[in-house]
Amino acid sequence: MEDFGSPALRRLLELFPNAIEATHAAFGDATAQVERGSLLEIMRALRDEPALAFEMLTDVTAVDYLGETPRFEMVYHLYSVARNHRVRIKSRVPEQDPEIVSLVPLWPSADWMEREVWDLYGIRFRGHPDLRRILLYEEFEGHPLRKDYPKEKRQPLIGPRN
Amino acid sequence: MAMRLPLPGSEPAAPADDDFEKDLHTEHQLLNMGPSHPATHGTVKFLIELDGESIVDLDIQVGYLHRGFEKECESGTWYQAIPYTDRLNYNSAILANLGYVLAVEKLLGIEPPERCQWLRTMGGELSRMGDHLTRCGAACLELAAMTPFLYGIEARELVWDLQEMLCGARVTSNYIRIGGVKHDLAPDFPAKCRDAIVKIRALLRDFDDVITSNRIFVDRLKDTGVISREDCLRWAVTGPILRSAGVGLDLRKQAPYLMYDQLDFDIPVGEVGDNYDRYLVCVEEMQQSLRIVEQCLTRLEKLGPGPVNTLDPRVRWPAKGRVFNRMEELIQQFKSVTEGPRVPAGEAYHAIESANGELGFYVVSDGSAVPVKVRCRPPSFINLPPMRKMLKGALLADLIPTFDFINMVGGECDR
Repeated sequence: MEDFGSPALRRLLELFPNAIEATHAAFGDATAQVERGSLLEIMRALRDEPALAFEMLTDVTAVDYLGETPRFEMVYHLYSVARNHRVRIKSRVPEQDPEIVSLVPLWPSADWMEREVWDLYGIRFRGHPDLRRILLYEEFEGHPLRKDYPKEKRQPLIGPRN
Repeated sequence: MAMRLPLPGSEPAAPADDDFEKDLHTEHQLLNMGPSHPATHGTVKFLIELDGESIVDLDIQVGYLHRGFEKECESGTWYQAIPYTDRLNYNSAILANLGYVLAVEKLLGIEPPERCQWLRTMGGELSRMGDHLTRCGAACLELAAMTPFLYGIEARELVWDLQEMLCGARVTSNYIRIGGVKHDLAPDFPAKCRDAIVKIRALLRDFDDVITSNRIFVDRLKDTGVISREDCLRWAVTGPILRSAGVGLDLRKQAPYLMYDQLDFDIPVGEVGDNYDRYLVCVEEMQQSLRIVEQCLTRLEKLGPGPVNTLDPRVRWPAKGRVFNRMEELIQQFKSVTEGPRVPAGEAYHAIESANGELGFYVVSDGSAVPVKVRCRPPSFINLPPMRKMLKGALLADLIPTFDFINMVGGECDR
């Protein structure tokens, strides 16, 4: 696999030759698609390796590719202040078992962003300390950013909570 | 404790110190603050566990302003998402337009003309100034200082007048288009803008005189809401909060976009990472924004008139005269209006330095005219959770300035 001149991708390919499924650098964004089982290890290396030094987990989100298998894709954006470089890590999550490891032990910034992904996509995070809905309310039925959730769908009325 | 009366002829007995210093047992109480509280100027709820006046723990509950930004974007064309971005951070709408449009242009591979780049830079800086003025003004108001708030709002009014001249709207200013801007400057804009800059400088001076070294203001801001450099990085905090903690990260310098690499401006950096440093950073950033706007005006005048929109037929409508007289242009116009531009398949992330920090957009296209995914990386949402850490053990009163300088904007946080 190619590293497209990105030092982050080169180091990742050296460290985890078997866990990386694909790489690309379309539009200048260095991207690696990694195996779901090795995500935590890879992220730990990205944070702790001096040549990588990604101190910041800038963004966590998911995309629903309805009709493809595996259906969901987790997308993580990382930024290193010390080295001023970025990398995007992606990992596929199947529909039958929508679960992936939580990154809260590595970066506390993952906390709210993973809650948001759980709320809107219904992907669970193993090891998350407090996986509650965040933007919607507890009684909301379904996960609205899934492509099979109709935009016009009504939700049942809920009473006061006491 | 019953007071012992002094016996006649003896010295009055000193009260037993241990009785006074004994920690009185109080039960922790839970306090709901918000979601509609004057000091939350937005809708956010704090569930606070209090021990007397000290905050033991804090649960921040957001989402009251969630209106399905991403779902709406995924059901319209690429163009139709732009008005939704105005409503993300309504204090600095042009910056939100800009973040989205730059991400889409990255996918399309469009480079707008130079004049447009200067206009965008200038519009963005005006917007940033409006945001900082609101933040600093509102913070003063909530700390019971009415006068500086009015100075700030008067200056913001001048900024909004300029935004109105740019695009016709004062608040949700929808200025940036894919491949260009709405339209070129009005002929009298440069003169009015220079005039406004002089007035804003005077107002900022007044603002500074009346509040920056005011004893009450300083006492409430100094050493409250402190966050360390390392914590900022772990929590992915960006913008003035990160800079106040001593990290000079500003994407306008670290990853220059638009014309920022040709402009002369400084990045203010704090030391302690408390609310007072955040205030000083914001005030200095306004001065730097004024400098940038002046430089943009000079460069625009030097550049002279020219196109402000790309000629790329994928996103630009053909000239009206040709639409009325030629078949091809008529078809192109019809397709552009009814279907919208088709964006090449792929994924791109573009981040800009908004007034609150890194505002990123991650866009995914499958090659059609409707986005697969428009993810906004909202600085308000990501800068908010460390507030719990900042305030543990602090007084309830410290919550107000801390929340003000985090500058959580409901529209952007809850999307």
